[in-house]
Amino acid sequence: MRLLEYQAKDLFKEFGIRIPESIASTDIEKGRTDAKNLGYPFVIKAQVPVGGRGKAGGIQKCSNDDEFEIKYAQILDMTIKGEKTRAILLEKMADIEKELYLSLFLNRSKRCYTIIASSDGGIEIESVKNQTIRDVGLGNVDDEIAKEVANEIGLNDKQESEFVDMLKRLSKLTVAKEAELAEINPLAVLKDGTLMALDGKIMTDDNSNFRHDELLKYQEKSELEEQAEKSGFSLVELDGNIAVIGNGAGLVMSTFDMLADNGGKPATFLDVGGGATTESVYKALELISKMDKVKAILVNLYGGIVKTTTVASAFIQAYDNSIIDLPVFTRLMGAESDKAKEMLADTKTQMFDSVESAINSVVSEVSK
Amino acid sequence: MTDIYEILRGEKDADGRYQKQSVIVQGITGKYGSEHTKLMIEYGTNIAAGVTPGKGGQKFENKIPIYDTVKEAVDACGAQIAIMFVPAKFFLNAAKEALNAGIKLLVAIPEHVPIRDTMQVIELVKQKDAIMIGPNTPGVIIPGLIKVGIMPASPFSPGKIAVLSKSGTLLYEISNNLTSAGFGQNITIGIGGDPVNGTRMIDAFNMVKDEPELEGMVIVGEIGGEAEEVLAQHIIDIDFKKPIVGYIAGRRAPKEKRMGHAGAIVMGTYGSAESKISMFAKANIPVAKRPGEIAILLAGKMSSQ
Repeated sequence: MRLLEYQAKDLFKEFGIRIPESIASTDIEKGRTDAKNLGYPFVIKAQVPVGGRGKAGGIQKCSNDDEFEIKYAQILDMTIKGEKTRAILLEKMADIEKELYLSLFLNRSKRCYTIIASSDGGIEIESVKNQTIRDVGLGNVDDEIAKEVANEIGLNDKQESEFVDMLKRLSKLTVAKEAELAEINPLAVLKDGTLMALDGKIMTDDNSNFRHDELLKYQEKSELEEQAEKSGFSLVELDGNIAVIGNGAGLVMSTFDMLADNGGKPATFLDVGGGATTESVYKALELISKMDKVKAILVNLYGGIVKTTTVASAFIQAYDNSIIDLPVFTRLMGAESDKAKEMLADTKTQMFDSVESAINSVVSEVSK
Repeated sequence: MTDIYEILRGEKDADGRYQKQSVIVQGITGKYGSEHTKLMIEYGTNIAAGVTPGKGGQKFENKIPIYDTVKEAVDACGAQIAIMFVPAKFFLNAAKEALNAGIKLLVAIPEHVPIRDTMQVIELVKQKDAIMIGPNTPGVIIPGLIKVGIMPASPFSPGKIAVLSKSGTLLYEISNNLTSAGFGQNITIGIGGDPVNGTRMIDAFNMVKDEPELEGMVIVGEIGGEAEEVLAQHIIDIDFKKPIVGYIAGRRAPKEKRMGHAGAIVMGTYGSAESKISMFAKANIPVAKRPGEIAILLAGKMSSQ
């Protein structure tokens, strides 16, 4: 899961990484109390799971009650790159001398953790120049490596030892919480020469959630996504009007790509998964039926382990119980597809021999 | 390096035929384990033993002996290959057990394995000079000879093309497409959809690239990570000449969302389809826009060489 800034900072604090004084809230009443406790001036920071919020106006300075009332409400109401503000962080400003970059991330191609550090921080990692890179196996960082990294980004003496300490703490956090990314950006050198983590980004491995009950409070799932997970399929919701259903992440992605290439707008990415049953597919149709924006359903199945008749039975049940009334465009291949086509012959489901022709038809249907 | 062909098909006998190699199934009595064991047997795979702790001494389908540990199973049948059907949280222990018992090719089917567990097993795989396919893989198949995986049989036919794929269903779809066009497969390997793979794209490529019968290759990638870029650079570096075509799923996926597979996520520009497609172009690998185009592209590539 991707933690919000304030959640990442909770973990920083827990692991002894120095952060500015700050308080998070989700409504203005609590915000007002927080503001009193913190004292002006401070910054109001939108808590959103995407980068680039500063440019979008999601971080603003606030010096008095009047400003607070206007800006808090405005930022809480913001949508940045399609993501609504989840919470607000009020944070004391720091006297910054210089901004550095530091992260530990899971290096997928090398299959190890990698430290990236730079004397140019405060910008997105892709634009960070002069990167110092060190591979550190399963993520443990010792004094020697931490010192080398500190020296390479130009830190010496007291700053070196502060940095070494911070990097080792970040490493402990990464290992303990099974993070795929733990980033401090910017890592500020303050006017008084000390170091402080001004912003943080942490992504953890969802597959390790079962042994991290302590992180579950940070998990954010829409009702739809939660139900999908319970039923054993994966679902991503989008803004379009065509629900895309298939089996296997790759096949659904490919269907999604072809649909978008042809001007269609996907409303869901729904992979019924390798263990799909009639019940789970029925559940998927139920979820989709509750989404008002969906105008049509595109189904692309390659039956193998999951038989196409399993899916066809779910559609028959859904029709019988009047769960779906939407036009359905279907391409069935593989195991038992002839039988599945027969089963669906007298229903509202239209059959196509190729996914390309199913896509053409669904796109013209929704643009009627 | 351990040779995947040698493990999967051994040496040719006096009649020029490969021998059936023994395979152990970890978790043979579970729902998926038993279902797929039957399907592998149906395909002709020699399932020599099963392992389910606590069920040692019993027989699967009145025929295949079940042992409590992989060690006992290996001692009894001498298999070098194991396929694993266990819940994700038992993967770490089950994989260690298999590797410590001398298994040389471990096919790990479970999905949702924590990355840290996979990384620990990879350390052991390296020490033991073994191969792990997966986790979260459909497995590996040499059509007509041996199937160690959960893939359906129908899309595959024996031939001379290797297919390496992160996705399972796209592997079936594309192999079916190749089969229909007359391109049988020499081997197909499921890389798996996880961020960290026991056998990476580049490893799988290196396993098959020197196979004398190989006439071409299909690489089925998807968004996330940089396995495709790394492979493309390697293909450029070694100046590999046999025809390769590619496919990349997820071109139109939104950023920072996991698209079904744990590994299918674009962070900034890291893992984007554009980056993969442009690296493939540099390596002279044409990329199909649709799975249905693969066979045509491959035919074109093969006739132009």
